[in-house]
Amino acid sequence: MKTVVPARAAWSSVVRAGACLTITDLHGNQAVDFLVYDAHDTSVRYSAPDTIHAQGGIFLTTGSVLMSNEHTELMTVTADAVGRHDTVGGACSKESNTLRYGHHTFSQHACVDNFLAEGARHGLGKRDLVSNINWYMNVPVEKDGTLGIVDGLSAPGLSLSLRAERDVLVLVSNCPQINNPCNGFDPTAVEMTITEAAGA
Amino acid sequence: MAATATTYGARAHARAQEGAHAEAMPVVPARDWPAPPCEAGLLVWAETVAGGNYTHRVLARGTELRLTDLHGDACAHLLLFAADRPWERLNVADTVKVQWNAYLGEGVLLLSDQGRVLASVVVDTAGRHDALCGTSTLVRNTGRYGDGAPQSASPAGRELFKLAAAKNGLEPRDLPPSLSFFQGVRVGEDGALDFTGSAGPGGSVTLRAEQDVTVLIANVPHPSDPRPQYVSTALEVLAWRAGPTRPGDPLWDATPEGRRAFLNTAEHLTARGLA
Repeated sequence: MKTVVPARAAWSSVVRAGACLTITDLHGNQAVDFLVYDAHDTSVRYSAPDTIHAQGGIFLTTGSVLMSNEHTELMTVTADAVGRHDTVGGACSKESNTLRYGHHTFSQHACVDNFLAEGARHGLGKRDLVSNINWYMNVPVEKDGTLGIVDGLSAPGLSLSLRAERDVLVLVSNCPQINNPCNGFDPTAVEMTITEAAGA
Repeated sequence: MAATATTYGARAHARAQEGAHAEAMPVVPARDWPAPPCEAGLLVWAETVAGGNYTHRVLARGTELRLTDLHGDACAHLLLFAADRPWERLNVADTVKVQWNAYLGEGVLLLSDQGRVLASVVVDTAGRHDALCGTSTLVRNTGRYGDGAPQSASPAGRELFKLAAAKNGLEPRDLPPSLSFFQGVRVGEDGALDFTGSAGPGGSVTLRAEQDVTVLIANVPHPSDPRPQYVSTALEVLAWRAGPTRPGDPLWDATPEGRRAFLNTAEHLTARGLA
């Protein structure tokens, strides 16, 4: 199954255990905000701190295991052409944008709205939204703790692949942010490909 | 016949315990705390939380909350919710991203997911804290210490948070990533984490509630604590009536992001008739 997610749009799908989800950055430098839940018990969901702690670092790449809030495995990064993805920055929201840039940004598109709308289709509400992964987003941390979203390391056509370690529900907001370099100030489309496990 | 074989005897035995003292206990009323950090009548919460235990309280806007690592092996895992409106809650990602810093310390605002301040860090004498690793879980503690259940000898932070949440009408789905105080982590250039441990006995952090907040605290070892034993010592919790941050306070204007967060908070409270 192959789907192009347009700039600023949301997407979701169940990915069966053993199946592979490939996310392709079609035009380069596009942040893909990503949440993942146990498809059969959505109270078990991606945990940024458990993932960071389990792998001993804040960047995701090949071999990284996405851990749940109960410290169980949800998905594993099996291939990554970029080398560094963000676990710290979370999603843009209309509310946090008023702090980051000013109140004039309140009417702009934001990822939390995508997550709320797409999540509602699966019975998820506001309390089900937690700190998420930002695929392709580059957020370094300086010695003094200073962190920020800087120019991405991705390029047109680069992709990463994730294997589902159990049946999972994936929520994506193809980030509409236009105030920081997470997508070069110009949101573009990405492609989602689900490949079922052999014999499934 | 034993003294407690009758209802009268059992009642007398229970009542004879009043006035007993343990290291870890709430002092009620709080003004009876032996060494108050302020005028005794201003104290609203005075408690020593045992290692491997939890506590929770609803605090009014303007209350200051001081956490102290008494013996050097406390780790205060903390969650905040807007009291009576728990869908507005601590957002660790926004807290670090909006303020351009991964580390907690004096002057840091603990932000909600609604672009507002729940609490601010007004004093920090410890300097070893963590916003990245969250707390421990049943699965992890069972693997590491043999058990992680709340009644075991090595309770997991998430299990204690679930209990504290339940006592406030909240469910596991309401628990976002948490912060931890008194056990530090630093990030290397390559993103790898370095656990820096505790600053030693006596370190303290004072938070100021900028809205009415529900506070959940689990005092359990940091998940990165490398020691094979479960080491968790007492946490002192004192809170007293003070005032919220107002325009003119240096903290209000310390950063443009923080100023807008305080402005959003003031607008929200004013609209509700609360400020």
